[in-house]
Amino acid sequence: MSAAARRRPKLAVWKFSSCDGCQLSLLDCEDELLTLAGEVEIAYFPEATSATVAGPYDLSLVEGSITTAADRERIQKVRRVSRRLVTIGACATAGGIQALRNFADVDDFIALVYAQPEYISTLATSTPICEHVAVDFELHGCPIDKRQLLEVIGAQLAGRRPQIATTSVCMECKRRGTVCVTVARGTPCLGPVTHAGCGAICPSYNRGCYGCFGPMETPNVGALTRQMRGLDATETVIDHLFHTFNASAEPFAGAGSHGD
Amino acid sequence: MRVRIEGGEVTEVALDIYEPPRFFEAFLRGRDFAEAIDITSRICGICPVAYQMSAVTAMESLCGVEVGGQLRALRRLLYCGEWIESHALHVFMLHAPDFLGYAGAVEMAREHPAIVADALKLKKAGNEVMRVVGGREVHPINLRVGGLHRVPRKAELATLVEGLKRAREIALGAVTLTATLDFPDYEQDFELVALSAPGEYPIDRGRVVSDAGLDIAAADYMTHFVESHVPWSHALHSQRTNGSTYVVGPLARFATSYDELTALAREAAAGVGLRSPEHNPFRSIVVRCVELVHAVDEALALIAAYEEPDAPAIEVTPRAGVGHGVSEAPRGLLYHRYEIDAEGTILDAVIVPPTSQNQTAIEADLRGVIERSLELPDAELSIRCEQTIRNYDPCISCATHFLKLDIERV
Repeated sequence: MSAAARRRPKLAVWKFSSCDGCQLSLLDCEDELLTLAGEVEIAYFPEATSATVAGPYDLSLVEGSITTAADRERIQKVRRVSRRLVTIGACATAGGIQALRNFADVDDFIALVYAQPEYISTLATSTPICEHVAVDFELHGCPIDKRQLLEVIGAQLAGRRPQIATTSVCMECKRRGTVCVTVARGTPCLGPVTHAGCGAICPSYNRGCYGCFGPMETPNVGALTRQMRGLDATETVIDHLFHTFNASAEPFAGAGSHGD
Repeated sequence: MRVRIEGGEVTEVALDIYEPPRFFEAFLRGRDFAEAIDITSRICGICPVAYQMSAVTAMESLCGVEVGGQLRALRRLLYCGEWIESHALHVFMLHAPDFLGYAGAVEMAREHPAIVADALKLKKAGNEVMRVVGGREVHPINLRVGGLHRVPRKAELATLVEGLKRAREIALGAVTLTATLDFPDYEQDFELVALSAPGEYPIDRGRVVSDAGLDIAAADYMTHFVESHVPWSHALHSQRTNGSTYVVGPLARFATSYDELTALAREAAAGVGLRSPEHNPFRSIVVRCVELVHAVDEALALIAAYEEPDAPAIEVTPRAGVGHGVSEAPRGLLYHRYEIDAEGTILDAVIVPPTSQNQTAIEADLRGVIERSLELPDAELSIRCEQTIRNYDPCISCATHFLKLDIERV
């Protein structure tokens, strides 16, 4: 390896409890992947290469949530070998859909799914990475948006703050000229309280936002809940909208009937 | 993975899938039947459409609805996109680098830049189909019970044609390229199980058939197959109810529906001497490339025949009952079963992914391959084992370069 190659920043990609879709987003950057691989050294990324380079790493991308005792230990090691640590996706930033166990008895869940519950080792909760270690930046989404991912990687490596909008999906609808599904059709939509980033895909496909990017900064969940009740959405519909892909993220966690 | 070798004989093979349990079947209870599509999609970021399609088919059959015509064609087009994206990822980013001795696609790109650049174009063509028809590449948002949320305009689909035509050339080249790889001499005779439907290659629906004469409706799946829970793995193991081992995926589809491949895909297979049935799991990489040709070819045909339907979906009213949904994920048959009440609330959910169905065969192959390779040093044996697992394109968390091989030689 040349001296120039040795100076490239080292990138690591780690997986915890997840569907792998967020790290796949990196491989979905078909037009940029080989360029990126020239700019950084892909030092640890089991989904893409069996070659591993020892840490420490300049940038670690962490996918997935903490759901086992072993992973609770492993994330500490990941933090120790990472100069900067960025969490990617709803699992890593909010516990993911598997955090629905946080509102139930995990032993009941185990008994429902597995014939031999004694073979299963798991924690009672699914928790985001930031509850365990310091996180330098959180990129939201279920899945994340690949253009945002490239922006975050670029910014982290350049030592600047990523330019990621903190507004709501509503703003993205307005920007792309999509007719409001709530106003025009009375469709319940989490757009007003959901973190921007997807580009407002769902409303452009005639459906309400289901909040997969999680809560925006300072969302007015109470006002939206009242609005949805006014549209005759049932309490179950409202509850399920808030409590799915980012169920454990406040203030979604306390929204709907959980807040009453 | 643990292997025990006693006096030249492999006495134990245990593949531990470490994936922490996420309890989808538990938290689906109490959810609305329409929610299963987007929820089960999160089981796998590599084949979300497979989960969405098996779920939506189960709910529609439960409610006595069949989605046909152009709505079904659009769903099949979306599914072709997933096949292209997933197969291209597996063939060029994982499996081919294995065969050629590279750690991954990036390493392979240093010596074979044109091949990897083409592979990325092929993968992108599949992802573009998913983005246009499904809204995005990972966890698409456009499927709903009864059809889709929005049907694309003809002009939107037209934007896909150029990329798919190029992808078809690349896929044809991939068949030729992968056929020249050096395949270990290994054959298996497990029962090959796939969907089958007259006049089409199995993708989004069909009866469950095998090369041993099985031919059942999806509703009878659970009387012929059983999942068991072994102490060393979080992934359940499936077997036929008589205890025999079976295989799902490209080899099974290729064996039972060869005649339904497009003419171009059949010609590509014949051109490299690939015959159906193929029993060497290492050759699954070539079969995947033949399926890539098929998926691209069919996607182009679906786009050419597309007429915008009048409505994006038909109305579906829930009714109490049990429904079954099957479809062919890129890595094999995926079965869903739901029980719902008259309001549409899910009372029970069972999901049998392809990887748990192949788990028993994977362990049997590992045993067979290790027995033939006992002279290899542990490091090389480990690589050969990874390759053996990769033949099945298991859901990515166990497909990747994870293998820690503990070999005990007694």
